[in-house]
Amino acid sequence: MTNTNMARAQLASGESTIIEFNDVNKWYGDFHVLKNINFSIKKGERIVVCGPSGSGKSTMIRCINRLEEHQKGSILVDGIEMNNNLKNIEAIRKDVGMVFQHFNLFPHLTILENLTLAPIWVRKTPKKEADEMAMHYLERVKIGNQALKYPGQLSGGQQQRVAIARGLCMQPRIMLFDEPTSALDPEMIKEVLDTMIQLAEEGMTMVCVTHEMGFAKTVADRVVFMDAGEIVEANEPHAFFDNPQHDRTQNFLSQILNH
Amino acid sequence: MAIIFNPSPSLPPPSTSVGPVAWIRQNLLSSPLNIILTLFSLYIMYLTIPPLVEWGIINATWTGSSKADCTASGACWAFITTRFDQFMYGLYPSEETWRINLAAILIVLLVGMFSIKIVHKLYLSITIILIYPVIAYCLFAGGIFGLEPVETSRWGGLFLTVLLGTIGIVASFPLGILLALGRRSNMPIAKSICIIFIETIRAVPLITIMFMASVMIPLFLPDGLNFNKLLRVLIGITLFSAAYMAEVIRGGLQAIPKGQYEAADAMGLTYWKSMTLVVLPQALKLVIPGIVNTFIGLFKDTTLVYIVGMFDLLGIIQLANHDTKWLGTTIEGYAFAAFIYWAFCFGMSRYSMAIERKLETGHKRN
Repeated sequence: MTNTNMARAQLASGESTIIEFNDVNKWYGDFHVLKNINFSIKKGERIVVCGPSGSGKSTMIRCINRLEEHQKGSILVDGIEMNNNLKNIEAIRKDVGMVFQHFNLFPHLTILENLTLAPIWVRKTPKKEADEMAMHYLERVKIGNQALKYPGQLSGGQQQRVAIARGLCMQPRIMLFDEPTSALDPEMIKEVLDTMIQLAEEGMTMVCVTHEMGFAKTVADRVVFMDAGEIVEANEPHAFFDNPQHDRTQNFLSQILNH
Repeated sequence: MAIIFNPSPSLPPPSTSVGPVAWIRQNLLSSPLNIILTLFSLYIMYLTIPPLVEWGIINATWTGSSKADCTASGACWAFITTRFDQFMYGLYPSEETWRINLAAILIVLLVGMFSIKIVHKLYLSITIILIYPVIAYCLFAGGIFGLEPVETSRWGGLFLTVLLGTIGIVASFPLGILLALGRRSNMPIAKSICIIFIETIRAVPLITIMFMASVMIPLFLPDGLNFNKLLRVLIGITLFSAAYMAEVIRGGLQAIPKGQYEAADAMGLTYWKSMTLVVLPQALKLVIPGIVNTFIGLFKDTTLVYIVGMFDLLGIIQLANHDTKWLGTTIEGYAFAAFIYWAFCFGMSRYSMAIERKLETGHKRN
C-alpha cells in the first residue's frame, strides 16, 4: 500500500496541472457564492472537497464543467480556458465525467442505453463498440447482469454505480463527484465508495464533494475545506485530520467526526 | 449460534376478495348509498335502452329511396345507406372514388408495416411522412399520370374530415414542439416570437382564423398570388392547433427535473441532441393525455370548415338534410355523424393509452 501511495505521490508531483482556478468569483444574484478561489489540481490527484452546506463546494466543482458559470477570474481545464465559447465547453465536457447526488440517470432508457448515449452521439463511437465498452464498465461496477433493465428497476446504490460507469464510458481524464453518496441508504453507501476507491487506485483524476471522511482519509491526496465561499484550508488527509490549522476547520471536523 | 430466519410462504388471497362476486360486492353494493345508486342506474337504463333499441334497430328502415319509405316509429337509416357514398367522399366524382380508397389502403398497409420486424423503422417513417403525402396528393387531385383532375372544392365528406384532421395533427405536432422549446429558450428574440405567436393564436377563436384564411387573406394578397382555399384553411387549423400543442408540451418540459438537463449537458450533448435524446422523449411521454386531448379537439374542430363553404362529414350531412326527399331525417344524420366522430376519437384515445403502456419503464421521478 505504501508503494502505491508513493507511486501516486510521484505521479501527482511529476505530472502537470490539469485543473486551475485563478481568482474565481461567482455570484447568485447578490449572493457571493465563490470568493477568490485559487486552486490547482494535478493530473492523477484525488481531491476531496468538504464543508458545511451552502459553503459553495458543489458550485465550485460544477464550475469545472460549466454547469455553473463563473463571473470573474479564470478556470483552465486541461489547458482549455472556460469561457462562453461553446467549442471549449464541449471539448471539456467530453473529457470530464460527472456523477450527481441524485444519479440523474435517464429513466426512459435502459442501463445500457444510458451508458452508450454519449459515446454514440458525442464521440461518434460505432454502436457495437459502444455496447462492448459499456458492458465492460458495467462489469467493472459489478452490474453487468442489469444492462437491459431500466433505472427505475434498480436500487439507489446500483443506480449510482451505473452513473459512475456512464461517466467512465466517455473515457474521461477527470471525474467529478457531487455528493455521490448523500442520497443513498447507509447499506448502499459502501458499494458506491468501493467503486470509487477502485477507480482512485487506477489513477483517475478525481474531484469529490463528500461528507464521507473515511473515504477522504483512505483515498484523497488532498482534502479541501470550504466555508462561506472560500477555501479555508487544503492539506494532505493526514495533516488535515490530525492537525487542522484553522479554528473553523477544527470546529467542522469536531462536529462531523464526533457523533 | 445464530437463529436462521426463514420467510413465511406467500398464501393465495381468500376467495371472498377475488372473482366476479367480490367485484360486484366491492363496486356496486359496498354501502347503502352505493346500493341506491346501483338501483337508480339500473332504473335509468330500463327507461332508456329498450325504446332506443326499438327505434334504432327493431322498427328501423334500412333501405328505401325517400323518407316516405320509412316507418314512422323507427329510425330511417335508409337516408344513410342511400347517401353513404356522398357522406364518405363528398362531391368527389363517384367513378373516381377508388383513388381515395387506394390512398386509404396504402396508408393502412404502410402503417401496418411498423409491426414487421425486418423493416427499418426510420426509412418507413420517412416514406410515410415525405413520400406518401405526395402520392396521396397526386391521387386525390389528379391531373397527372392520366388521372382526371378533381378540384379541391369537390373534396368532402369523411374524406375531407380525415384529411384535415390528419394533416393538422401531423403538421401541428412538430410545430408545437418547436414553439414550446422556443418559449423556454434563452434567446430573447426567438422567445418573444414564440410567446407572441402562442398568445395571439390562443386568444382568437378558430372560426375567426377560418374566416381570415378563406375571406380576408385573398383580399390582402395581390392578384395572381392566390392559393388554394383548402390549403389556407389547413394552415389556419395547423397554426391554431400548434399553439395549444406548444403549451401542452411546455408543461411536459417543465416537469423534467433539472438534473436530467444537467446530466445531458455534463456528457457534452449539444442542445438539440439533449432535447431530442433526453428531454423530449420524457416530456412528450408525460403529456400524452394532453397531446391526444388536443388532437381530438382538432379532429372535431375541423367541422367548422363548413362555415367557409367546405363540406366535411357534418357539412355534407347537413346539406343532405335539406333534400326534400329526405326531410325529417335530421336525427338519423346527426346520430350517424356522432357515431363516426365518436369512433375516431375513441380510437385515438385507446391508441394513446396503448402507447402510454408501451412506454412505461417503471421509473420514479428523481
